[in-house]
Amino acid sequence: MLTHLPILQVIVPLMAAALCLILRHPRLVWMFTLSMSGLTFLISAALLQQVVTSGTIIYELGGWEAPWGIEYRIDLLNAYLLLIISAMSTVVLIAAQTSIENEIPKDRHVLFYILYLLSLTGMLGIVATGDVFNVFVFLEISSLSAYALIAMGKDRRALWAAYQYLIMGTIGATFILIAVGLIYQMTGTLNMADLAERLPEVAHTRTVFAAFAFLIVGICLKLALFPLHLWLPNAYAYAPSIVTVFLAATATKVAVYLLIRFTFSVFDLSFSFTTLPLQTLFVILGLIGIFAASITAIYQRNVKHLFAYSSVAQIGYMIVGYSIGTATGLMATLLHVFNHALMKGALFLALGAVMYRVGSVQLNQFHGLGRQMPITMAAIVIGGLSLIGVPLTVGFVSKWYLILAALENGWWPVAVLILLGSLLAIVYVWRIVEVAYFREAEAGSIPVKEAPMAFLLPIWLLVAANIYFGVDTQLTVSVAGAASQSLFGGSP
Amino acid sequence: MMMMIGLYNYWVVMVLMMIGLYIVIAHGNLIKKIVGLNIFQTSVFIFYISLAKVEGGTAPILAEGINLYSNPLPHVLILTAIVVGISTTALGLALVVRIKEAYGTMEEEDIQKKDNQEC
Amino acid sequence: MLAGIYGLLSACLFITMDAVDVAFTEASVGAGIATLLMLTTIAMTGRTEHTVRHKPFMALVLVSITGALLIYGTLDMPYYGDPMAAAHTHVAPRYINDSMQEIGVDNIVTSVLASYRAFDTFGEVVVIFTAGIGVLTLLSLVRRRKKDAEIDAINDSMHEKNLILRIVAKILIPFILLFALYVQFHGDFGPGGGFQAGVIFAAAIILYAMLFGLSTARRVINQPFIQLLSAIGVLIYGCVGVVSMLSGANFLDYDVLAGDPVAGQHLGILVIELGVGVTVAAVMIIFFFSFAGRLEKPKHEEK
Repeated sequence: MLTHLPILQVIVPLMAAALCLILRHPRLVWMFTLSMSGLTFLISAALLQQVVTSGTIIYELGGWEAPWGIEYRIDLLNAYLLLIISAMSTVVLIAAQTSIENEIPKDRHVLFYILYLLSLTGMLGIVATGDVFNVFVFLEISSLSAYALIAMGKDRRALWAAYQYLIMGTIGATFILIAVGLIYQMTGTLNMADLAERLPEVAHTRTVFAAFAFLIVGICLKLALFPLHLWLPNAYAYAPSIVTVFLAATATKVAVYLLIRFTFSVFDLSFSFTTLPLQTLFVILGLIGIFAASITAIYQRNVKHLFAYSSVAQIGYMIVGYSIGTATGLMATLLHVFNHALMKGALFLALGAVMYRVGSVQLNQFHGLGRQMPITMAAIVIGGLSLIGVPLTVGFVSKWYLILAALENGWWPVAVLILLGSLLAIVYVWRIVEVAYFREAEAGSIPVKEAPMAFLLPIWLLVAANIYFGVDTQLTVSVAGAASQSLFGGSP
Repeated sequence: MMMMIGLYNYWVVMVLMMIGLYIVIAHGNLIKKIVGLNIFQTSVFIFYISLAKVEGGTAPILAEGINLYSNPLPHVLILTAIVVGISTTALGLALVVRIKEAYGTMEEEDIQKKDNQEC
Repeated sequence: MLAGIYGLLSACLFITMDAVDVAFTEASVGAGIATLLMLTTIAMTGRTEHTVRHKPFMALVLVSITGALLIYGTLDMPYYGDPMAAAHTHVAPRYINDSMQEIGVDNIVTSVLASYRAFDTFGEVVVIFTAGIGVLTLLSLVRRRKKDAEIDAINDSMHEKNLILRIVAKILIPFILLFALYVQFHGDFGPGGGFQAGVIFAAAIILYAMLFGLSTARRVINQPFIQLLSAIGVLIYGCVGVVSMLSGANFLDYDVLAGDPVAGQHLGILVIELGVGVTVAAVMIIFFFSFAGRLEKPKHEEK
């Protein structure tokens, strides 16, 4: 069985999704989904273990060797991401049943879990595969399920947000398809490793240039890099709370993975950074994204919207780290991928708890919540501290490496701007803290109880992880560092 | 000149793609956007299939006496892409139906007006 | 309407470019199902549109940049039909030359689709399954038996006018179903296979539903049963892969499914195509019933 881990990683949630339709009872389906997600997590941990000890794993699907067949190639980068995705998925599911009771009609619960598993399958499939067309197929699986999941939100704006995401997402995916077609035309292959070998001879052609441009734009749409981020705030704000947690922690990370994988492993780094002025472009767009999004966040009245804009800003940080073009910069990005999943996961989950008890996430409903839901609000405070980058939280670790990378490269202004961005984060986090702790609950409002255990358990798991990995950075830094080094060192 | 003759097939397809893309971006009617999306996607399919053509070859089904075949790989990819396309269209249209029920309109501007009133 | 014509035109274009399987699929899917869904949607949402067009300028700019980039990209491409293009000389020759020995199937597209790149096809089945579930979450309505009786009465009176259509349909539908089965199993030798077959099969059912009324159709084809079928198709496909793994080979390696590799390939392809056909047919039917079911809702709520 151990040799089949790469494919099991994707097949388990996939077949589980189909099986859910056969089991009909919602609670049963929830427990089944939770256990299947847990199994997926164990598989990813085992995979990471295997890759660390024995190096890149190659798995030929159908027994046909690449490039005639499709192969899965698991190296440090994918294994790391597979772990993050499956871990977040499992933690989030603990609170899922309780959360959707209030937000999704009962007759749709089973369908919800099926879509959730399909979304998980899609994301794992994108990360694990070594074939570019396979990426497209699983990208569509994860996108379609995401559109449907978002549309399940109570507010009618969820439908509109889902539609806009569908239009933008499909254009992005079609751009990627065009790029794959152009690349195939020039090289005759769809396998990533094979492409890496064959691209250099045609790299100077205009066709490959056009293909690269389309690819980058397509990926940036999925990534929500400024100015292609327009779909994200509404999609995160109006989706059911659990969907927001899951997507915020995983979906854009997968796009970051694709960016790194394509620019490092398929097209090599010198090509990627010199053909298009990618470094300059990304640094500028990343920084603008950080500032524009953080400032917009400050003015939001809906707390989910606030944190959604904050996510756009965090993606800006990841892109800046990537654009520095050094191993340290990439490591900072990879660390931030992990840390952002933890931070935003905890924050949105806590918001989900607020939604469950209070029924709304408008800032004016947060009065006095610090006293009424102390544990949940404390989680928001710690998550907020992590966003700002206070030492002892994971947020600090990635910001540290980011600034370090910028300084190593001599990019002083960038380092300063990153620090300024953190100051902006203080402003929007403070807004929430102020309302929750320093304002009295409205006279005549119904007091709310603390969130149920189903929420508190995963929230505090994530918060604890936030602090633990902020203090003991050895595991994350070594894996991220090794992954980064291997990408710079040569082809996988 | 040779180049133009050799490439004009692709250019025609690209014009089609741009028409589709234009419809998606410029029109405010939700259904028209989906139609535009469809046209955009289908022209990408035509592009792939034109990649596959080999001068003098026939359909890639093995038969007696035929030696030159067109490339089967893009055909496979497009079969998949067609299915993906119809899935997206179906989901998009389902969303349009729900939006019409919820908002009473299918024009982007009207929807945004209604949303702004709420906030 | 136009969408349907566009679909048919592109199907013809595909045929001229030797892509017969694709033409078949595009004709059934693009011209058939897409048109059906669009018509149903328009029926529910109205035909009129305010002629308000906003930001055409920006759209024009974006589109011109994209178009220019695309055409720029073609300048270094091999000419249309060039047999020496990289695309034709690297991976494709093995498919063309060796697939007979390795898989033993005449239709090379089927061997690539169902064997060499079977995992992509698995992903594709999952995509259509996802769309089916998505449409269900968005559009399905709880049926109430009392209203069914009312609708039946309305439908019966309406459909007496369509008597000729109904009789012709009753004769045609079995043939259409038979044709679907033929396409399903003949995919090895000519154009065809699971997708096309699934769509044709669904078309027969949809024809029946359109002429005899939705509720009658629902009694013949049970809703939960169809949903179950869509999942079963995916599971059949996956199980073939699992059986391969249990027999010691990699996922979806058909060589180990029977005594001799070629027989194994045949068996594998047969079973997965069946899975594909089942899910595609089920999902297309789900699409139709969900859209049409929603169409009936405002009508009988008005009464």
